[in-house]
Amino acid sequence: MKHFDVIVIGGGHAGSEAAAASARMGAKTALISLRKADLGVMSCNPAIGGLGKGHLVREIDALDGIMGKAADAAGIQFRLLNRKKGPAVQGPRAQADRKLYRQAVSAAINGQPGLSVLEGEVVDLLQDGACVSGVRLRDGSEIYARAVVLTAGTFLNGTIHVGQKKTPGGRMGDLPSVNLATRLADLDLARGRLKTGTPPRLDGKSIQWDILDMQPGDEDPVMFSFLSRGPSAKQISCGITHTNEKTHAIVRENLSKSAMYGGHIEGVGPRYCPSIEDKVVRFADKSEHQIFLEPEGLDDDTVYPNGISTSLPAEVQELYVRSIRGLEDVTILQPGYAIEYDFFDPRGLNPTLEQKHMAGLFFAGQINGTTGYEEAAAQGMVAGLNAASLVLGRPFCEFSRTQSYIGVMIDDLVTRGVSEPYRMFTSRAEYRLTLRADNADQRLTLFGHSLGCVGDVRMRAFSKKSTELNHVKEVLKSLSFTPKHMESLGFAARRDGNRRDAYSLLSQPDLDLTAMLRGADELAGVSAEIIAQLRRESLYSQYEDRQQNEAAMLLKDEMAKIPSNFDYRALSGLSSELTAKLEKVRPATIAQTSRIEGMTPAALVLILSRLKRDQKFRDAV
Amino acid sequence: MDTIYALASARGKAGVAVVRVSGPSALMAGAALMSRLPEPRQAALRRLFWQGVELDQALVVCFKAGASFTGEDVLELHLHGSQAVVSAVLRALADQPGLRLAEAGEFTRRALENGCLDLAQVEGLADLIDAETEAQRVQALRVLSGAIGERVELWRSDLIWAAAMIEATIDFADEDVPVDVLPEVLPVLSRLIRDLRAEVAGGVVAERIREGFEVAIVGPPNAGKSTLLNALAGREAAITSEIAGTTRDIIEVKMDLGGLAVTFLDTAGIRQTDDRIESIGVDLAIRRAQQADLRVFLQDGETIIPGLVPGEGDISVFGKADEAPGEGLRVSGKTGEGLRELVDLIAAILLKRSAAAGILTRERHRIALVSAIEALEGAQSELKKTEAMPELVAEELRRSARALEVLVGRIDVESLLAKIFASFCIGK
Repeated sequence: MKHFDVIVIGGGHAGSEAAAASARMGAKTALISLRKADLGVMSCNPAIGGLGKGHLVREIDALDGIMGKAADAAGIQFRLLNRKKGPAVQGPRAQADRKLYRQAVSAAINGQPGLSVLEGEVVDLLQDGACVSGVRLRDGSEIYARAVVLTAGTFLNGTIHVGQKKTPGGRMGDLPSVNLATRLADLDLARGRLKTGTPPRLDGKSIQWDILDMQPGDEDPVMFSFLSRGPSAKQISCGITHTNEKTHAIVRENLSKSAMYGGHIEGVGPRYCPSIEDKVVRFADKSEHQIFLEPEGLDDDTVYPNGISTSLPAEVQELYVRSIRGLEDVTILQPGYAIEYDFFDPRGLNPTLEQKHMAGLFFAGQINGTTGYEEAAAQGMVAGLNAASLVLGRPFCEFSRTQSYIGVMIDDLVTRGVSEPYRMFTSRAEYRLTLRADNADQRLTLFGHSLGCVGDVRMRAFSKKSTELNHVKEVLKSLSFTPKHMESLGFAARRDGNRRDAYSLLSQPDLDLTAMLRGADELAGVSAEIIAQLRRESLYSQYEDRQQNEAAMLLKDEMAKIPSNFDYRALSGLSSELTAKLEKVRPATIAQTSRIEGMTPAALVLILSRLKRDQKFRDAV
Repeated sequence: MDTIYALASARGKAGVAVVRVSGPSALMAGAALMSRLPEPRQAALRRLFWQGVELDQALVVCFKAGASFTGEDVLELHLHGSQAVVSAVLRALADQPGLRLAEAGEFTRRALENGCLDLAQVEGLADLIDAETEAQRVQALRVLSGAIGERVELWRSDLIWAAAMIEATIDFADEDVPVDVLPEVLPVLSRLIRDLRAEVAGGVVAERIREGFEVAIVGPPNAGKSTLLNALAGREAAITSEIAGTTRDIIEVKMDLGGLAVTFLDTAGIRQTDDRIESIGVDLAIRRAQQADLRVFLQDGETIIPGLVPGEGDISVFGKADEAPGEGLRVSGKTGEGLRELVDLIAAILLKRSAAAGILTRERHRIALVSAIEALEGAQSELKKTEAMPELVAEELRRSARALEVLVGRIDVESLLAKIFASFCIGK
């Protein structure tokens, strides 16, 4: 009989991050995966990061997670997206070598003290009353733990579609988890079905690279991890090609054979990741669509053609792929497919990602209706931290919308639910100007340290940086300049006699920075990166001040917690319609309550007053 | 913490209107309007000035934090109860730094959070907050109906379009979206700014906002609606006859009900009909009735009125009390039976609602327009820079959407994403 504090089911991006986070917190953790070799497998495209997603990776890294470091170790092409725009909307992205990535994740997991990796298929959850108490494996053995994190990905009732052919599967070549799905069905949680697609995988040796445009990585690569200094793998370029009218004609003629257009799929797919069938139908007036040819690894000839996911039959795939420039003689190594899978309505979760109906059971990743490695990993982090906190008797770890993209995502999921696979965009973050990829450590590392998930190495590095930032900022604020002086530095200041300090001047693009800082002896030897970081802050400081009130109000509402057994019926003056809605949703905070449709100011005040009274009562006891 | 202000007195045509200001800047804002603030908890007569113009002579009372209704610094201005005075004072407060108009229930909430109220008191106030919310909802419905509604809808779609274009260049920079949308966005912003400015200058939106209340009398044909109205008005205001479907236009009768300005609406009898003109009248009746503050459902027996259901706070009454005996609230326009009770009931319901909702709504809309324009101008000037930062443009557009929310409805990220995905082929 085996006992752990926390069991994590699944070794994908959510599972790995959850298990590592739980173990870092000091909980004795088991990660159960179908195969040990599958830790950190990238099922879809071989890339990490991007806009919004890159922010998530930085935040995971700031909490000492594994994704940032693994992506840096495996990165074979780094690009900072939106490089020409402001830092708030820049997102680091990298093509990753699949094998190197898997190795990096494996090494991180295997090297993590307090974490054991077990091989097996979980077929059942064990229960002790209303609480989860462990899992049962296919061989009948039982493993006990007071918290279980389920990261089942697309394996719950997964169905793979290639043309009219459909086969049960969680990923190409892997069986779905039917037993577990049946078991979860018993819990009577609200469920939905989603789908996602992949393109055919191509043999790089059969691509005519010499006639294609190539996209190289950045000259000065930007890493994900605050601890990384530069890429370690060899850097490569990606190819670019386009579909054409001929491609579109082939797709159009064969539409009825597509699983999606033939009516074989009920799941909802993401609008931002349309299949080639979708593109041809919905944007019929476009004569071409861009395709990125992304190598899957340095010693792997497989190429991932990003932009042509499909559920057409294999022979049609070959036909249309070969109509594309540079791919005339291409060999398909594995046909593209669509996969449908179950997800559970994330509104059934607390902001800790714990199921409201079963204490100790946490969900993370695609099972909550999200898509993307980064979204999955970030949820894994939240679930892992909280599963450990639950067992160790520590306060729960909650993330605010005002503090992180992680907080934005969790709040979106548990409050609004999903209608299509949820993906992060920077536009989802209302405090985008302050929640930047560049300051993820300043926002989260200290917080992570207080939770107990940040190790000494990172904490030391962060403390040093933080001290330096504060010191330099103070010095800059103490240096003040007259308009005349500013003019001599190349900045046309208004001649109103007002002096401005060096910190606020940092954001002026046409100012001669070196000239400005010359003579400030206290700043001798300060690294360019520190000045650059303060410059990023200064750029948005005016907006930060403006948003402060708003953010403070939201934070206050997020702090006003509503107990899960709150008796709405005891409130006189609450309409029966609203009472029913509140009993169904059971919002965790006043902030969440205020976003429920049909909520009135009077109802909010009533709930708040009852909370206050209960609080007083508890304080008195 | 923001400092909030609002009209605190509920009754309309009273001699005194009380404006309450609460928060850290309350006393400073007060001091800016008068020569000297009175000592805390001591009422004093003061002349209020703003920008060299005398606004009113008012009774002023201050309360220090910890000894006030909300627990914060509070300023109370007891003004002469005229609309012009109240509007002028609200505007002067809007100009003070750190001040904003309170949302429904916000004073109560602050009091609650500062431990100045108990549950029983809050339950009492909840009714009032509900009434205020309902009054705002009805005003919004009126503003958004008809041709003006179409213009407001246009503002909304312009704003969504502009914000979506900017967001597309940010969030989908590595996708197939136009790189330079600025030449297209700028003219839309200019148009929007021009429209909103015109609205502030001589708003049509504001005209829609009425002082006083509207009460619609609805019911099936020949239920005695017009007879009731005539009895209420005490004169032959509506044409009455025995032929069902006589009232096709909407007849308005204004009267004073316990000090409240109330307009009664006599609507066409609501029924399924093949008569085209009558059916237009029926549609109109349903629309106007939905926009009214209160509906009196005149029933004859069990007839259900198609397209309209009595909401919370609406009144159901049996219409021809002189013809048949029965239970419940019953009136007869002919004999006058039950009229007194009905009038008292209507007055009681309306009294709870803030009769000043009109002034407040107008001021709320003016502030919304002014701050939206300010934000849009911010977006415009950023866009015109050679090194424009799209995230700052987006931030200003988000701010203007938030400001305009009371007029155009909520614009959130989903509204923008829907526009983006419909316009561009996004996705690899």
